[in-house]
Amino acid sequence: MKFLLIMNINPKVLESLTEEEQAAIGAGHGDFIKEISASGEMISTQALADPSASVTVRAVDGVPTATDGPYVEAKEFIGGYYLVDVDSKERAVELAKKIPDAGIPGLGIEVRQVMFEAGSEM
Amino acid sequence: MSDVEDALRAAVPRVLGALTRRYGDFAACEDAVQDAVLEASLAWPQEGLPDNPGGWLYRVASRRMVDRIRGDEARRRREALAAARELPVEAIEHDDTLALLFLCCHPALTPASQVALTLRAVGGLTTGEIARAFLVPEATMGPRISRAKSKLVGARFAPPPEEERPQRMRTVLRVLYLIFNEGYTASAGERLQRRDLAAEAIRLARMLCEAAPGDGEAAGLLALMLLTESRTAARESPDGTLIPLAEQDRSLWDRDLIAEGTRLVEDAMLSSALGPYQLQAAIAALHVEAEDAADTDWAQIAVLYRILNRLDPAPIVTLNRAVAVGMSEGPQAGLDLLRQLEPALERHHRFHAVRGFLLDRAGDREAAREAFLDAARMTASLPEQRYLRRRAEGTG
Repeated sequence: MKFLLIMNINPKVLESLTEEEQAAIGAGHGDFIKEISASGEMISTQALADPSASVTVRAVDGVPTATDGPYVEAKEFIGGYYLVDVDSKERAVELAKKIPDAGIPGLGIEVRQVMFEAGSEM
Repeated sequence: MSDVEDALRAAVPRVLGALTRRYGDFAACEDAVQDAVLEASLAWPQEGLPDNPGGWLYRVASRRMVDRIRGDEARRRREALAAARELPVEAIEHDDTLALLFLCCHPALTPASQVALTLRAVGGLTTGEIARAFLVPEATMGPRISRAKSKLVGARFAPPPEEERPQRMRTVLRVLYLIFNEGYTASAGERLQRRDLAAEAIRLARMLCEAAPGDGEAAGLLALMLLTESRTAARESPDGTLIPLAEQDRSLWDRDLIAEGTRLVEDAMLSSALGPYQLQAAIAALHVEAEDAADTDWAQIAVLYRILNRLDPAPIVTLNRAVAVGMSEGPQAGLDLLRQLEPALERHHRFHAVRGFLLDRAGDREAAREAFLDAARMTASLPEQRYLRRRAEGTG
């Protein structure tokens, strides 16, 4: 079963971390990637740029219109994700707990099952 | 499957078994056989089938092993070369299917790894084919198989001791059933059936039955697969929507598979100890021998589910029994049974689908609609979701 482990980040929380703490997060992700690649559970991962640089396209008077900024005004944004293929939802949750973000107050991982996909090279 | 593929894959377990008995290193032997399979899949369509496909594979795989041993330990070169020159092709006459299945379905491995390794080492599929069947990249499947093999270092290549055998056999059966189910109802996604995997699971189950004659549960599993597979042509509409059993065009069912499956399960139940797969096959047989849903012997099915729940208790078994009870004793009796399942299954889409079905039969349209919509939200299968939404609107 495939799950998306969605990392919700709060830029304020990340900025408040010390340099060592941020480096530890980076190293933790490196270890996590190594571990789930070796176990044959990793499909892909992406990290996203800061939401302040986003452009949002939405209908204004029925016409798709671009405006600067993220889709919703919020404190938390999607910072990136891991796409994994695992035996069970329980295993997906177990993996989510290993992501360094899961140990930092104010950040969190949403575990969500994949229902349909197309376009990836298999 | 083409003739070349048939011959190739049928030979794989014997070749791998012979090689492993000779060289001992299962992981390396398995790689060597995979190389030989890839080589054969290129050579045979061009040059035609060799007279002895197993012998051909064995020679190529042996050469790989010798190359490897040469690289690893130069001092063993002479010994290895001598071994390769002998080429005792008769070694592959020994059927190691059972020992290989036990090894690939070793309890130290995760279910996903057991499935992948079984398909490669016993089924003779390539890593790429397995990856495509499970809709993951080869870069995911390759390490999964390597990791599984590295966990097996030191594991015996022989059937397990008598006292462990029943438990180990249960794992083998479960792995084959997982492969079948992945093929029959993809756990997620657009396509309801990935037929090749179902066919492969049936082929492996046939091999298991040949290797373990008299095992009632192996026969029960094969029967269950055949009886389920018999309905394939009828279970999906042209637009990809799931068609439930009760609404299927029964003239599309495969009578040969039904006859074979029914015979298998009847023989197994007469000649060996009762087990969960025989019971599920017996239930499947009762479904397919009925003229229509109303003609189905629901009371008997309810009894079989009750026995199944005693042998192998699981909430999902009680859920199935609730349908049978609802059909034989009235929807309220089924709904009463459901109530005790709520804590265990309230986040499972099938619980809500069954609830919707029973509420609908009880005449409570509004509650049925809510239940079907809950079920539609919880499933990760698009064909199922389409069907459940249709039921919610009362048009399914």
